[in-house]
Amino acid sequence: MSNFFKETDIDTSQAEAIVTETLKNCDDGELYLENHKSESIVLDDNKIKSSTYNSDQGYGFRAVTGEVVAYSHSNDISKESLRKSSENLKDTLKSKKGTYNHEIPKTNSKYYENINPIESKTFDSKIDLLNSVNNYLRSKGSIVNQVTANFLGEHKSIEIIRSDNQVLKDERPLVRFNVSVVLEKDGKKETGVYGVGGRQSYDDYLKDGSWKDVCDEAFRIANVNLESKPAPAGEMKVVLGPGWPAILIHEAIGHGLEGDFNRKKTSAFHNLMGQQVASEGVTIVDDGTLHQRRGSLTIDDEGTPTENTVLIENGILKNYMQDRLNARLMGTKSTGSGRRESYKHVVLPRMRNTMMLSGKYSQDEMISSVDKGIFAVSFGGGQVDITSGKFVFNCTEAYEINNGKIGSPIKGATLIGDGPSILKEVSLVGNDMKLDPGIGTCGKAGQGVPVGVAQPSILINKMTVGGTKL
Amino acid sequence: MIRDQEFLKDIASYCIENSKKLGATDVGVKVIHSVSENVSFRNKKLDVSNRADSFAVNLTTYIEKKKSSINSSDLSKSNLEKLIERCIDATKITPSDENNSLPDKDLMSKEIRDLNLYDETHYPNDKKIEFLKKVEETASKDEKIVNTEAGFTENKKNFILANSNGFLGGYKTSNFSSSCVAVSRINGAMERDYEFGSTRFLQDMMKPDEIGNIAADKAIKKLGPKKIKSEKIGVIFDKRISKGILSTLASAISASAIARGTSFLKDQINSEVFPNSINIIDDPKIEKGLGSQNFDSEGVETNSLKLVENGILKNYLIDTYYGKKLNLKSNGRSGGTTNLYFENGTLSFKDLLNSEKKFLYITETIGHGGNIITGDYSVGASGFMVEDGELTYPVSEITIAGNFKEMFKNITLANDLEMKYSTNAPTLLINQMTVAGK
Repeated sequence: MSNFFKETDIDTSQAEAIVTETLKNCDDGELYLENHKSESIVLDDNKIKSSTYNSDQGYGFRAVTGEVVAYSHSNDISKESLRKSSENLKDTLKSKKGTYNHEIPKTNSKYYENINPIESKTFDSKIDLLNSVNNYLRSKGSIVNQVTANFLGEHKSIEIIRSDNQVLKDERPLVRFNVSVVLEKDGKKETGVYGVGGRQSYDDYLKDGSWKDVCDEAFRIANVNLESKPAPAGEMKVVLGPGWPAILIHEAIGHGLEGDFNRKKTSAFHNLMGQQVASEGVTIVDDGTLHQRRGSLTIDDEGTPTENTVLIENGILKNYMQDRLNARLMGTKSTGSGRRESYKHVVLPRMRNTMMLSGKYSQDEMISSVDKGIFAVSFGGGQVDITSGKFVFNCTEAYEINNGKIGSPIKGATLIGDGPSILKEVSLVGNDMKLDPGIGTCGKAGQGVPVGVAQPSILINKMTVGGTKL
Repeated sequence: MIRDQEFLKDIASYCIENSKKLGATDVGVKVIHSVSENVSFRNKKLDVSNRADSFAVNLTTYIEKKKSSINSSDLSKSNLEKLIERCIDATKITPSDENNSLPDKDLMSKEIRDLNLYDETHYPNDKKIEFLKKVEETASKDEKIVNTEAGFTENKKNFILANSNGFLGGYKTSNFSSSCVAVSRINGAMERDYEFGSTRFLQDMMKPDEIGNIAADKAIKKLGPKKIKSEKIGVIFDKRISKGILSTLASAISASAIARGTSFLKDQINSEVFPNSINIIDDPKIEKGLGSQNFDSEGVETNSLKLVENGILKNYLIDTYYGKKLNLKSNGRSGGTTNLYFENGTLSFKDLLNSEKKFLYITETIGHGGNIITGDYSVGASGFMVEDGELTYPVSEITIAGNFKEMFKNITLANDLEMKYSTNAPTLLINQMTVAGK
């Protein structure tokens, strides 16, 4: 547990007094303190390319009144620095008057243990494992051209001091282990990438040789891509596999249901509450309470306990994801979705683990119903234009479907669609919901936060596939 | 305000001395202080005001050919002492790599030229607010504009880079940037567009009404887009996105991609990669340039480089580590390109639009669909149809796809280059690409 005021010229009660005094005429706000330790160890090109340890600490002081957010952050936790920030906030909001909302729900739940994954595995054993990954993959033959593997581990302690000495704390572990392999055959090169992670120790994901499964999966994807043909271009039926392809849900629907874009009426969904936005049988939730998942949080970055928020139930739009500010302005409650990348960033409503729940169809039924289309199994990443609703995502493993049968693998291509209409094109929902392997990072307004996604296989009637073959 | 060089030097020297005391044979360190003030407006009201005061130390220690790094934002000597110890401990047990080393002494930057990168003017928040009010007033003139957002950021930075071979250098830089996002609406459907300006000196900033006007005009022009049929067609890249072609080139010719064998341009040095009319330059010494620098992130002197001359690839972007792997000397590109640009083409913008009966004109791409290993490219896009030299109607929900190797060889440049970003390109045409739509 970090003591943020140790070795400073200020103690907790003095800091609490500054917070209470600064926020007395504000609607909301807090002093957010963060201590963040992280490491990155990279093996590349047969060598340990880099080993880096980061130690970052600081505070973000926020005052909110009406729609206005005043924010000041610094690495320097001291009386003078906090005073300066306080003056800065008061000056920005000098013409406004608010009433502080003290209400914040309490929780006894915890969705992860307080461990420091960096310290819970020795440096030597990390180096050894990276070398084993390199040897294991290179032993698969001379087609292995390049191997990259890395450990990313972090531990974040946060403390939130609200007006009148309300203090909330959380300790968050997070790890990620990635393998990338480049294969070369007949002058053609292709990559395969796979990774695992979540809020546990490295060994929970890598023990008993399960690191080999990560290697095998990266190798398999690269191998499939070596045989890939140019992807088709144009509108067609698309079957998405379960798990990670749910970044479709994240991009197409998730961002459009974040509270800020709807309060500002810049989301294509802002006037669709209570309406049918998806086919019957489509239910989508955003859940912060799954144990040890990458997108899970015990409390969000404003101190609100997270929950399982139903976004779309049987096709009907039910809720937006809210932080405190947007919830207050829209006359509703925070859903525990207030997140920030670090103390350097303002809070925004964000996704946690976004999931489409299972339906009743099998993947085989979907594929056999398609005359001409593609079957997309894995993706690189995606992006959305919230306002027009257009979104894209890039396939990294996909196949042609011809007359109900899976055909040749196809080269990576971008798929593009329209968020508000895509879910109405979902004609079959599979019975095989799967969580992603724990590797997602979502970017919004320059802030990256860890997230999860999940979905069953789904059949989409019509999407534009951005290949080169007409 | 911003801390002076002496303060930063003191921290840098402390890190080097202590690392050596604990057994480091070589040390590299960077110490940075930055102060940033940002104000943002939404629909003519103050939205967020943000002040940031950030320190950073990046330290790399070597024991012979072993290497490890730490980064921290806490500059207190008690914290640094602990971290240096940790760094040395990690260095001792990291396997050695014969290519690990500080840069050759004779390549280091010898003098620091004043490139006019620092404007000490402080633009108080009241002034920023006045500026943003004007931006939004202009942006919301038309009733089709239903939402506007505008922001102004002022950033001041000072840094010191030092190593145990005696190199020590640093200087102040400043940046002022302003942006406006406008949302337009017609028949319930919305579109969004923006304008953005970034300068080293406050006096060079675009006028607020100019920023507001451009954002609103662009957002209105995008209303009512159509999805077009899939076809092969010439694609014109607007200046906002044509620079992306140069960023792709930069990734593909970085020494790391070449040495690792993961670039579609591997073994293409001294070969024709672009049409012979094309020259590409990376010049770090442009006065007030957004990408200007005296030396690279290792302290190596950087000078102007012709990356592509008459269509022929002439240089890679080389740092010390990958340079050693390739048996090449660093050319001061650790950290990437500086001010990278295409030399102007010969056609005017108008003549380019008229060079065929029909084009697709792209103003925005979304997604990360470029593959540096294979050169395959596929991204979401929006823009306009061009018929007989005129922009006829907006287009969206399509993709454009091709392979960089082919695309590079089919580029025609207009002569409308502007130095607006650190990477700049004129409007450009790529002869044939596959567009996927309906």
